[in-house]
Amino acid sequence: MILRAVLGLAMLVVATVAAPGLRAQAPEAPIQHLLQEHGEIIAKSSRRTIGPAIEALATSGLPEAQVVLERWQAKEMWFHEETGLFVFAEEVDRSTIKIFDIADGSEIGDVPDDDYKQLKPNSGIRGLIGGALVQFQLSDPNPRNRMRALNAIERRPEAGHLAALRGAMEGEDNPAIAARKARLERLLTMEFDESEEARIAAIEGFAGDLGVDVRAVLNRMVATRRGAAAEAPEGADIARLLTPGSEDLSLADAYGLLVSAELAAPRISRDAKRAALVANIENGSVAGIEVATLGSEGARDLAYAALAEAGVVEPVATEAQVAEALEAHVFFERYVAAPPGVAQAAQVALGAIELRLGLNEAADLALDALSLASIYFLAAIGLAITFGVMRVINMAHGEFIMMGAYTGYVVQLFVSDYTLSILIALPLAFLVTFGAGVAMERLVIRWLYHRPLETLLATFGISIALQQLAKNIFGTQARPLTAPGWLDGSLVFNDVVSISYIRIAIFVLALLFLALFLFVMNRTRLGLEVRAVTQNPRMAASMGINPDRINMLTFGFGSGIAGIAGVAIGLYAKVTSEMGQDYIVQSFMTVVVGGVGNIWGTLLGASLVGLLQKGIEWMNPSNTLAAQTYMILFIILFIQFRPRGIIALKGRAAEA
Amino acid sequence: MSDLAIGAAPRRPFVARHPSVLIFLALLALFTLGVTILAEGFGIGVISTSFVKTLGKTLCLCLVALAMDLVWGYTGILSLGHMAFFGLGGYAIGMWLMYARTELIVIESLSAAPLPPTPDEIRDGIANQIFGVVGASELPPIWAVAHSLPLQLAAVVLVPGLLALVFGWLAFRSRVTGVYLSILTQAMTLGLALWLFQNDSGLRGNNGLSGLQNLPGLGGVPQSTVSMWFFWGSALALGLGYVLCAWVVSGKFGSVIRAIRDDEARVRFLGYPVEAFKLFIFTLSAVIAGIAGALYYPQAGIINPAEVAPIASIYLAVWVAIGGRGRLYGAVIGAALVSLLSTWFTGGQAPDLDLGFYRIQWVDWWTVLLGLSFVAVTLFAPKGIGGLIDLITERRPPDRHGADLGPEPGALREQEADAK
Repeated sequence: MILRAVLGLAMLVVATVAAPGLRAQAPEAPIQHLLQEHGEIIAKSSRRTIGPAIEALATSGLPEAQVVLERWQAKEMWFHEETGLFVFAEEVDRSTIKIFDIADGSEIGDVPDDDYKQLKPNSGIRGLIGGALVQFQLSDPNPRNRMRALNAIERRPEAGHLAALRGAMEGEDNPAIAARKARLERLLTMEFDESEEARIAAIEGFAGDLGVDVRAVLNRMVATRRGAAAEAPEGADIARLLTPGSEDLSLADAYGLLVSAELAAPRISRDAKRAALVANIENGSVAGIEVATLGSEGARDLAYAALAEAGVVEPVATEAQVAEALEAHVFFERYVAAPPGVAQAAQVALGAIELRLGLNEAADLALDALSLASIYFLAAIGLAITFGVMRVINMAHGEFIMMGAYTGYVVQLFVSDYTLSILIALPLAFLVTFGAGVAMERLVIRWLYHRPLETLLATFGISIALQQLAKNIFGTQARPLTAPGWLDGSLVFNDVVSISYIRIAIFVLALLFLALFLFVMNRTRLGLEVRAVTQNPRMAASMGINPDRINMLTFGFGSGIAGIAGVAIGLYAKVTSEMGQDYIVQSFMTVVVGGVGNIWGTLLGASLVGLLQKGIEWMNPSNTLAAQTYMILFIILFIQFRPRGIIALKGRAAEA
Repeated sequence: MSDLAIGAAPRRPFVARHPSVLIFLALLALFTLGVTILAEGFGIGVISTSFVKTLGKTLCLCLVALAMDLVWGYTGILSLGHMAFFGLGGYAIGMWLMYARTELIVIESLSAAPLPPTPDEIRDGIANQIFGVVGASELPPIWAVAHSLPLQLAAVVLVPGLLALVFGWLAFRSRVTGVYLSILTQAMTLGLALWLFQNDSGLRGNNGLSGLQNLPGLGGVPQSTVSMWFFWGSALALGLGYVLCAWVVSGKFGSVIRAIRDDEARVRFLGYPVEAFKLFIFTLSAVIAGIAGALYYPQAGIINPAEVAPIASIYLAVWVAIGGRGRLYGAVIGAALVSLLSTWFTGGQAPDLDLGFYRIQWVDWWTVLLGLSFVAVTLFAPKGIGGLIDLITERRPPDRHGADLGPEPGALREQEADAK
């Protein structure tokens, strides 16, 4: 205290002597006093050394500290080069600045900037200042600033924030912010509180919490460092022992630990060995061994050993020594981020959270799979009619999906309201593809009934022609089909489980189509006639049904549904001329796996294919291509065991 | 069919029974000779090297079309996955070409180092060269034998053959037939393509294998000469393949497989092991496709997973259908004609067609035309271009008084057989 007073006095003397022309700047003001104490490191402005200065300002309890920090951060603080006194300043013109008193902000006057130097904190220092400012912002009257401060703490929590946060919790009137403050306080307590009991209590308070923030903190707390020792170490901070050569610790890493703990001699990499040999070539030989013979690792090892013997290079461990050293030591992981008791509590809590997390992830996966299944179902339901009921292989089915999607795109070109345009696009897509389907049935397919292979090829010809046609008309780049605003966003259950509204809409659409299909097939005159014609066309004809007309309408109906599916799929994926291709093989798979001729089979097939694909993706998340490969492999094998699909038609229906 | 009837009579020589084989071989020899004389490598240089390569590639496509005809036209299995076998053959030979050439480059660059290179250094250098592009630096296990030409040549035959054997065994055993089998083969080739597309597959993902036109150790030989070697090789393979296919489909064996095409159940009831016959044909055709691929890709210079995408196999079916399935020369005519026309149209050489209100650019419209003409062929000329030959030879189909040639859906029908 005395020292400080003496120092302050000395400053005062220096200031008055050195700057006689300037109006007194109240260097005795406590804030200036404090700054002067750290004047050197502030002027030096280095991120590594600035810490104590900011700390002192933040914890000073001075009312001006916040303003000083803010203006320092905004590069508005200058100092006099001789006296070192700090002022706020604004540039008036290129060589003049207007300076203000640092304590009360009162204007001092315009001065030439030759004597003053601006403090230019770099981004690292500005970050530190920002951290220190947080405590002031936590009690800021503007709720937005308080929220921002909370975000800042969450991004980079520090021990110092804990006290500030606790201080700012009282008197918080906004319930949402109060809740966030309380949660953040528990998180900080968990990580930084001085009392272990308090930390453990905080950890236990979060049992089963799925928040990403909790997991992040806990993961930081259970951080471990690997070590090696000759004896098994005692102590509670040992997280676990490791076996070299296991999945967690490779032999090379284990030996690396020994080397870095100076428990064993280093090994030498192939490159370093080669470099050492090259450096010691004399007259075409290394340690008496001809260079030309050094074309194998064994020969190089010998040469290196000879060099080591001659004392030219450091000796290195041989394989046998390495194995011996690994054998002789134990390897362990040690908690480093928290005291052992706390770390263990964190580990237990993390284990419990991960179990719940696993369950929730499974639920999320199931939702994903369900939505994928409904997409496949939508894509396949048209096929369930044309292929399942009529037994016509339509390889252009995917192109009908594409036509539906492009119909939606074209409608959106003319109708800018997205809700309205989708409402127009759905029936229009049905009409367009219904027409295309009827035309195709009349022109091509009806000549090829009972010749499925030819149908397959002819429809394929149509498929490639349609695809190229779409490319010629719409170009090769993807076209957007925008969903209405109320389908944006997703339904969030918690941090893990969520599903986007578009996927829900597609799911609902799939259910609607299932109902429509069942209604048309089982409850209408058309459905009755369709079933009659597929079972026995001649008998149906003699009952007064026109099989040609029924076939035409059925095919049109199936194609029309493909068009509507196209609009739905276009909302979820991009519209390209090749989008149909992405679904055609999967759609056929869906129908075949489910069992031809049965809509429930198609539903089951879609669920199976969707579940399977998501399941495989979950096991190998980095690789959706591999997931599709394995799924196709699975389906090929599945068909071995149930060639007629999950629900196989029996009796006469199977022969139709 | 007449073979069965004259079973008791003394058998005439193979060539005499099948004059088309001799005619085909003569035409092929004439064509090869003509190209040799006109090409740059050994002749007067009227035909450019790149066109020689195109012709050589076309011969390979004819060979794979023969395989397709064998399996589809004669046995009635519409495989939509034969280009997968073709691609596998290409990958097998491509691995050796790429490895051996990289090895030479690496050894040369390492020989400048002060120490002679160790085998490990060479291996690492090769791996870095080949896999740097997909961010890996180790040779994947499937490259284990890439250094050996004989082993990779064996792989050209064995890999497609084994895949076809396993796949065919699984599929035929569970009596998957007709369109179901077609879709299943399509799924197989889709699965293979997707697998090859990943970087983890060890075959450089969608980069594929490249630089295959350069033969290792023969850097001094000009491409005009190399292209002729491959052209001759392709012509020889096509000739041998044609004779092999003609021999397989002749005689009793050929009658059985055609009977399987027309009515599988009836053949089974007659006591023939239908599955074994189908499996043999399927595997044989896969091997032929693999060999064709191994000859094709060194001429193309690059192979990537897009080459085994399902669409390629369907184009193969298109060629065979347009040429006329169920006759070997039909497959060859179809493959040659359609693939050369495709090259011509999509290469931008075809003149635009001015309709007054719209200018048809064939680069854009060729696929549309191809698709529609394919529909037309399926509808109006099921026999394809080969049907024209019947007009000359006046081959008459047997009169079955309007009955179907087989009761199964998909069997040939009387009207079709009569259609000219």
